[in-house]
Amino acid sequence: MLLTVKDLNVHYGVIHAIKNINLEVEEGQIVALIGANGAGKTSTLHAISSLLTSKTGEIIFDGQDISKMPAHKIVATHLVQVPEGRRIFAQLSVEDNLEMGAFLRNDNKIDEDMQHVYELFPRLAERRKQLAGTLSGGEQQMLAMGRALMNKPKLLLLDEPSMGLSPILVNEIFDIIKTINKEEGVTVLLVEQNATKALSIADKAYVLETGKITVSGNAKEVASNPRVKEAYLG
Amino acid sequence: MDFINQVINGLSTGSMYALVAIGYTIVYGIGKMINFAHGEIIMASAYFAYVGMSFLHLPALVAVILSIILTALLGVLTEKVAYKPLRGKGSLEVLITAIGVSYLLQNVFYMIFTSSGRTFPQIMPKGAINIGGLSITYITIITLIVSFVATGILLFFINKTRLGKAMRAVSEDQGAAQLMGINVSTTISLAFAIGSGLGALAGVIYGAKFSIINPYIGQMLGIKAFIAAVLGGIGSIPGAMVGGLLMGVAESLTIAYISSDFSDAVVFGILILVLLIKPAGIFGSNVREKV
Repeated sequence: MLLTVKDLNVHYGVIHAIKNINLEVEEGQIVALIGANGAGKTSTLHAISSLLTSKTGEIIFDGQDISKMPAHKIVATHLVQVPEGRRIFAQLSVEDNLEMGAFLRNDNKIDEDMQHVYELFPRLAERRKQLAGTLSGGEQQMLAMGRALMNKPKLLLLDEPSMGLSPILVNEIFDIIKTINKEEGVTVLLVEQNATKALSIADKAYVLETGKITVSGNAKEVASNPRVKEAYLG
Repeated sequence: MDFINQVINGLSTGSMYALVAIGYTIVYGIGKMINFAHGEIIMASAYFAYVGMSFLHLPALVAVILSIILTALLGVLTEKVAYKPLRGKGSLEVLITAIGVSYLLQNVFYMIFTSSGRTFPQIMPKGAINIGGLSITYITIITLIVSFVATGILLFFINKTRLGKAMRAVSEDQGAAQLMGINVSTTISLAFAIGSGLGALAGVIYGAKFSIINPYIGQMLGIKAFIAAVLGGIGSIPGAMVGGLLMGVAESLTIAYISSDFSDAVVFGILILVLLIKPAGIFGSNVREKV
C-alpha cells in the first residue's frame, strides 16, 4: 500500500469531525473520496498533509509514519496536496508558482519538468510571465496541479479540482487527472463533490458521511450501490 | 538652489527611514505582525558598531559588518524568544510583547552604557562637494548610495531567487507555502534577520549623521519609519522605500521653511492624513485574485 490511514480521528474543539477513518490507497490507482459538503473530506486531506495537527491515528506513506511530521517535511516524501480553492500564489507569476512547486528540488531537471508541465497545460505556457492572480478559475486549477507536479509526487491529493468550473473545463480537468495517473504513474487520492465524475475515473472509492466512511469498494460497485445512487448520483 | 539642497538632504534622511521601514514591512508581510521593538534593534546596532570601533578598535568596515551580523542575530533571537510562542494568538498579545521587548532592550543598553550620549566615531569623510551652487555633504551622498544599493540587492533577492520567492509565497499563503515544502518558521526568522540587518545599516548611518548615540535613539526613528511604512503601504517593499523618502523630504522642507519644532507634527500629520484618505497606503492596493 502506498498510503494507509488507520483509525484517524479529528476534533475541532468539541466537534468530532472525523470518526475512526480507515482508508488505503494502492500504488498506481485513482481513489475517490466522495461525500456531501461538510462530510469531512477536506479535513481528511488536511490531516494527511499535516495542515491540521489536532488528530490521532496512524498515517503510513511509502513505508514511513508521517502522522507526526510537519507539513513541509511531508512534502519532501513526495506526498503533495493540491488544496481546495487552488491557493495559487496570486502575486507571483505563473512560472514562479511552478518554481515554488519545485522548492525542495536541487536536481538539474527542473527546467525540463517545467517544459513538461507546459506541454500538459499549454494554456499556462502562454501565460508564463503573467501574475497567477489574473488567470481564470480553470487556468488556476491547472496551475495548482502543475505546481504540485513540479515536486515529482508519488501521491497527489486533489481537493475538489472541479469546484466552480464550467462543465467543459470539468471534463478537461478530469482528462488531465487520468493522463497524470496513467501516463505519469502518479497515484491520486481525489476528493470530489461531483461524485458521478469522480467515480467514472476512479479505481476505488470511499463514501464519507458526517465524518464516517459508510460505503467503500471498487468504484463500479460503489457507483451501483443503491444508497450511493440515491444520495450522490441523482 | 536652496530648495533642491533641502530636497537632497531630505532624500538622504529619507533613505535612512526607508531602510528601517523595510524592516517593518518585511516582518509584517511574512509574519503578519508589527515588530514595535524594531527601533530598539536599530539602537542596538549603533552600539554594536560603536563598541566595535571605540573599544575593540576594529576598522570601520569590519565593525559595520559585525554590527549587521549581530543585529540580524538579535532580530532572530527576539523573534524566537518573544514572538514565536505567541504565534496564532491575537495581535494585541503580540503588540504588548513588542512594547515589552522594546523597553527591555532600552533598559539593557541603559544599564550597560548609561543614558549619557556616546560619541559615535567619525566613519564618513566630513565636508561637502559643491556643484553649481548645490552643496551636498559626503554623508548625504554615502547614505543615499548605501541605501539604494542595499534596497536593490534586497529587491533582487526577493524577486529573482528561489528563497526570495518562497518568502513572497509565505507572505501570501502560509498553508499553501507549506504544501510546497517551505518551512514557514525558518522563513519568518529570515525576514527578521533581513529586516534587522538592513536596520543595522540605518543605525550606523544614524550614528555617522548625528555623531551622538544614546539608548533612546530608536524610539523616534522607529516611529517615523513605521509611519513611512504605513504611508507606502505596509507589506510593500517599494512602498517602504517611497514612504521613507517622502517622509524625509517632508521633514527636511518643514525644518527649512517652517520650523524645526514643527517637523514632528508634520510627520504625525502625514500619518493621520494617510489613515483618513488611503489607509492601505500608496502601494497598498493588491491585485485582486479571481475566484
